[in-house]
Amino acid sequence: MIPFPAWLDTARLAELVTALSFGTLVVYFVRRARSGVDIQIRRIPGLEAVEEAVGRATEMGRPILYCPGLDSMDEVATVASMNVLGQVARRVAEYETPILVPNRDPFVMTVAQQVVREAYAAAGRPDLYREGDVYYSTYSQFGYAANVCGTMMRTKPATNFYIGKFYAESLVMTETGNATGAIQIAGTDSDAQLPFFICSCDYTLIGEELYAGSAYLSREPLLLGTLRAQDMAKVAAIAILLLGSLLAAAGAFDSRAYLPG
Amino acid sequence: MKQTGPLLFGFVIGMIMFLQYFIPQPPFTVAYSLVLDWKQVVFGVSLILGVLSLLRFHGLRIRGRVSGWAYSVVAIVGFALVVGAAILQGTETGGYPWFFRTIQSPMQSTMFSLLAFFVASASYRAFRARTVHAALLLAAGVIVMLGRVPVGEFLAFSLGDQRISIPAISTWILDVPNLAAKRGILIGVGLGMTATALKILLGIERTYLGKSS
Repeated sequence: MIPFPAWLDTARLAELVTALSFGTLVVYFVRRARSGVDIQIRRIPGLEAVEEAVGRATEMGRPILYCPGLDSMDEVATVASMNVLGQVARRVAEYETPILVPNRDPFVMTVAQQVVREAYAAAGRPDLYREGDVYYSTYSQFGYAANVCGTMMRTKPATNFYIGKFYAESLVMTETGNATGAIQIAGTDSDAQLPFFICSCDYTLIGEELYAGSAYLSREPLLLGTLRAQDMAKVAAIAILLLGSLLAAAGAFDSRAYLPG
Repeated sequence: MKQTGPLLFGFVIGMIMFLQYFIPQPPFTVAYSLVLDWKQVVFGVSLILGVLSLLRFHGLRIRGRVSGWAYSVVAIVGFALVVGAAILQGTETGGYPWFFRTIQSPMQSTMFSLLAFFVASASYRAFRARTVHAALLLAAGVIVMLGRVPVGEFLAFSLGDQRISIPAISTWILDVPNLAAKRGILIGVGLGMTATALKILLGIERTYLGKSS
């Protein structure tokens, strides 16, 4: 029989306490949201522009291109992208605008097909859904970029969405989109790609704004509750950082002992 | 059951994966290895669906003679040749490695090399000093770029008895304000990821299943 202390990896105790504390915050604010408390969130320009971007595509009679990123469903950014795709697809179905979703990962393709199909059904237009519009491209990174660029040059979409996890191919796709005159909305948690998106896209969702997308677009109280929990956790993190900085500056402990290496 | 089944399954597997991180003992470590193996199997099956989708997509374009349908012919012919070479000659010798070395690898390098030109065009548009923020961005960009080339070492000025070179300022920009902003973004990303994972585990977020929350 393994002794009880050996069951728990004590080196990760701080992470467990942090995770449980954050989970408690989420549950608390979700219960508050369920009780009907109105939760206000700040304006996010990139998400405010979704409605306008879909409307623009409808007026121009051109499709919308949605790239869900290069990683698979085990990446949280891709899950967040599917959540945003559901909201975008619902608006697309209401406006009766075609949407193209090229996928690099076949598993993401199957999820995206389900999400878009259900969105059309929820909007009362299941007849408009075309399975060929949500398709698998290639698993090769730059082969996928070439496919997306070729699609943009041939079909000239009015709006391009780049929501998910991206790597070096991001600038190739966004600059090609710029050349076609499309309005571009990007969102990623890859800090290395954010500068490229900010330079070449009209709107960029930076880091956590990507994860707020689903809550912001749907305005579901439960989802807004989790957003508030995120903000409170951030406030707590800032407070701990400030306290630690002040203590280190006052010489309460040798901060060099905690530097990496 | 049709609606709650996937949510329950997701919750159970999610909790197992969460607990195994903190409890490194056989029931959880074995479950972790099993889930990783299943993931490979699911990916393999989804790859079949992906290939069928690819063939269907290009087949429809050829049949409908839509704009650029010739590229779809190239895609399908290329697919057939590479798969045929792999089946008939294996993946170590013959046509399969030849296709990769002489066609796919150079094409990937070509696409990657386009980045150099796209960085220049994106920078030209983004670094115009029309506002205070853009001017600061331009100044920082010029200093960091000069700090990365050999001529930067020769660009220096004296402050008192200290010699301050462009590479030193470039390093400071990257190590202090840039790193501070990056860490702020990463903290937000970490919290966002945790919140999204919790929403999925608790069944609050269901859009990825094709259902509203």
